[in-house]
Amino acid sequence: MTLRGLGRGISIGKRCFSSFTEVEKPPMDGKPINLFSAINQALHIALETDPRAYVFGEDVGFGGVFRCTTGLADRFGRNRVFNTPLCEQGIAGFAIGLAAMGNRAIAEIQFADYIYPAFDQIVNEAAKFRYRSGNQFNCGGLTIRSPYGAVGHGGHYHSQSPEAFFCHVPGLKVVIPRSPRQAKGLLLACIRDSNPVVFFEPKWLYRLAVEEVPEHDYMLPLSQAEVIRQGSDITLVGWGAQLSVLEHACDEVAKDGISCELIDLRTLIPWDKETVEASVRKTGRLLVSHEAPVTGGFGAEISASIAERCFLRLEAPVARICGLDTPFPLVYEPFYMPTKNKVLDAIKATVNY
Amino acid sequence: MAIWFLRSRLAHHLGQRIGSLDALKLSSWASSLHPWIPPSLDSSDDRYASKFLRNPMDLYAARRFRSAKAQESVPVVTDGSNQVMDFPGGKVMFVPELRFLAESPGERISCYRILDDDGKTISGSSFQEVSKEIALKMYSDMVTLQIMDTIFYEAQRQGRISFYLTTIGEEAINIASAAALTIDDIVFPQYREPGVLLWRGFTLQEFANQCFGNKLDYGKGRQMPIHYGSNRLNYFTVSSPIATQVPHAVGAAYSLKMDKKHACAVTYFGDGGTSEGDFHAALNFAAVMEVPVIFFCRNNGWAISTPTAEQFRSDGAVIRGQAYGIRSIRVDGNDALAVYSAVHAAREMAIRESRPILVEALTYRVGHHSTSDDSTKYRPVDEIEHWRTARDPVSRYRKWIERNGWWCDDAESELRSNVRKELLHAVQVAERMDKPPLAELFTDVYDQVPSNLREQERLLTELIKQHPGDYPPEVPV
Repeated sequence: MTLRGLGRGISIGKRCFSSFTEVEKPPMDGKPINLFSAINQALHIALETDPRAYVFGEDVGFGGVFRCTTGLADRFGRNRVFNTPLCEQGIAGFAIGLAAMGNRAIAEIQFADYIYPAFDQIVNEAAKFRYRSGNQFNCGGLTIRSPYGAVGHGGHYHSQSPEAFFCHVPGLKVVIPRSPRQAKGLLLACIRDSNPVVFFEPKWLYRLAVEEVPEHDYMLPLSQAEVIRQGSDITLVGWGAQLSVLEHACDEVAKDGISCELIDLRTLIPWDKETVEASVRKTGRLLVSHEAPVTGGFGAEISASIAERCFLRLEAPVARICGLDTPFPLVYEPFYMPTKNKVLDAIKATVNY
Repeated sequence: MAIWFLRSRLAHHLGQRIGSLDALKLSSWASSLHPWIPPSLDSSDDRYASKFLRNPMDLYAARRFRSAKAQESVPVVTDGSNQVMDFPGGKVMFVPELRFLAESPGERISCYRILDDDGKTISGSSFQEVSKEIALKMYSDMVTLQIMDTIFYEAQRQGRISFYLTTIGEEAINIASAAALTIDDIVFPQYREPGVLLWRGFTLQEFANQCFGNKLDYGKGRQMPIHYGSNRLNYFTVSSPIATQVPHAVGAAYSLKMDKKHACAVTYFGDGGTSEGDFHAALNFAAVMEVPVIFFCRNNGWAISTPTAEQFRSDGAVIRGQAYGIRSIRVDGNDALAVYSAVHAAREMAIRESRPILVEALTYRVGHHSTSDDSTKYRPVDEIEHWRTARDPVSRYRKWIERNGWWCDDAESELRSNVRKELLHAVQVAERMDKPPLAELFTDVYDQVPSNLREQERLLTELIKQHPGDYPPEVPV
């Protein structure tokens, strides 16, 4: 599957990513590259720096359907970078066993829409491996990468955002990057983290998002949200591809004199409640936005937590601009999506509540 | 494989280019262009040739078909080159008959056995010699397992532990398979294989600590009884879901292969487990990745209340190995010597040839599924009794060691009395021991306790101070 033609729908340019100010600033000696190349760089570094690291999944041998694993098999050999049979529960189960032997098992699930056959292995096995053994065993070297989210033409089974399912599972970490530089640093941190991590990659951005990415080995911290833009009137929280929508909305409402504070949550569990809380204490308003259906989405957890912690400070109900409670629809995608205009309206309504 | 890939792509390309021509033209053209299609019947593969020649009608029928087609087309192809297709995985012969593979091979796969019901070695049987020392440890551990089951089962019935699950009837499988392995082999158990752990040196006190979930339980009281695990003994912690451990063994075996270790991974599961997706995934992965792993299926006839007749239509588990490209054996699971020999040989092959092996042991779950089950509700008591007495693996094996002059009644009563004493002591000690402290509720979810769990721990501790009577006093706060 190629991602050409992704420009339909939400337009995303270089600038909205390179303009992000980062809390941690890796030296800017990098070249402009897109997100799949940043993932590819991270995987090269992971394999280079740890002889016990392995990359595998469906079609990863030739470079993967999204090209994230290009060149890895040639460079590191078929023993360390290999195709698996087409079986997600097998991939996850195999990966857990490999990780449990002290290896870095970097498994790819070709689309997040296809992760459900592996759900039991991830939820009942990987997540509980350390706890149930009293820390005699762990599969902390496990990282499951998977492309998630809307892509303009993906329909039911190439568009889903299943992060909330995994956020309900103690023992897992769930991480979603918003840009190439973030993707590289966060992925390396996930691979080297001592816990099983599900790393969802915004497939819409694989080719579209381009920014300068340092060529060297660097990691970005997990469980730390990042305040991308300071503001005073309302806090916007999102992750992954939705950040670009939120950033456009910030620019737009700035024209009306509304100042938004924009936060990229980056790690969904265990999540950085403190950063979001501090921001809402300042702004008094919160909007959470994600592509996944609104009911039971991770936005609900953020809304509830902030209502608990900031009830007296809130000047308006928490707004959730999310996907609809329908299966992800093909021709209706522009209606389903939490688009910029939906966000704009919600910002204004919240500020004027 | 790579060569085939290039060639097949070429053929595919040609097929596309000349797609409008009829199939015969394409095949004759292809045969003249592609030398990898055998030009004649004098194939270097004798099996292929003899199989092909077995039915001359094949050739005749093909010729007739071709000549009929040839009238409206170009050259007549009469040699055998088109009777065979190169296909990924090897040559495939064409046959003109409409013939389906039978659903079963007819006769059931036979079962490897060394000891007859009377504990005598069957004449002509080939098996791995067992030294007196090993033979006696095997017997002693089988008896220990039986007594442990009896005492822990009673402890559950008295309400002293919450749950238990016996291994009665499967003592030979447990102990003899463990005896044929080395401590470096990595075990991924289900839950009816505590004997493997016993063989490796897990003490009766360690078993009791786990069942009572006390502070010395390695699992820190987090799991139900019988969910043992030991890092020291290369025995991964039991988890309740069925067959989830099977693909783990494949991943571990891959690691052993990459590290060039002289060891294999071994995973155990029951007949019910072979219906799970994880079983199929694991066998397929293991075959494709050529890893040293032993899949040990304890076919004990019952998955809780579901008999194998309602579990699968295949001839048990053993027949499935072949479909995945895995060497397999069926063994009498109540014959300790046969189990020992089969696993010993399986291990040798798995490691030396870096390949998976499937072992299916036929046995019977003499006990209920667990203490939450009453199996007389769904199976005849006579059946249970027959297997408990006439087919008891422990007494059969005892006859063999007695016949060898290695065992006697005095030794038997001394063993039983010692084990019983040791177990009763272990139970008392385990029962009196404190439970793990409350703090362990929050550790090991992650490698470090995250802020949300710290907060929950703080809130819970405050709550306990306010309502101390609501919480079990044996858990230190």
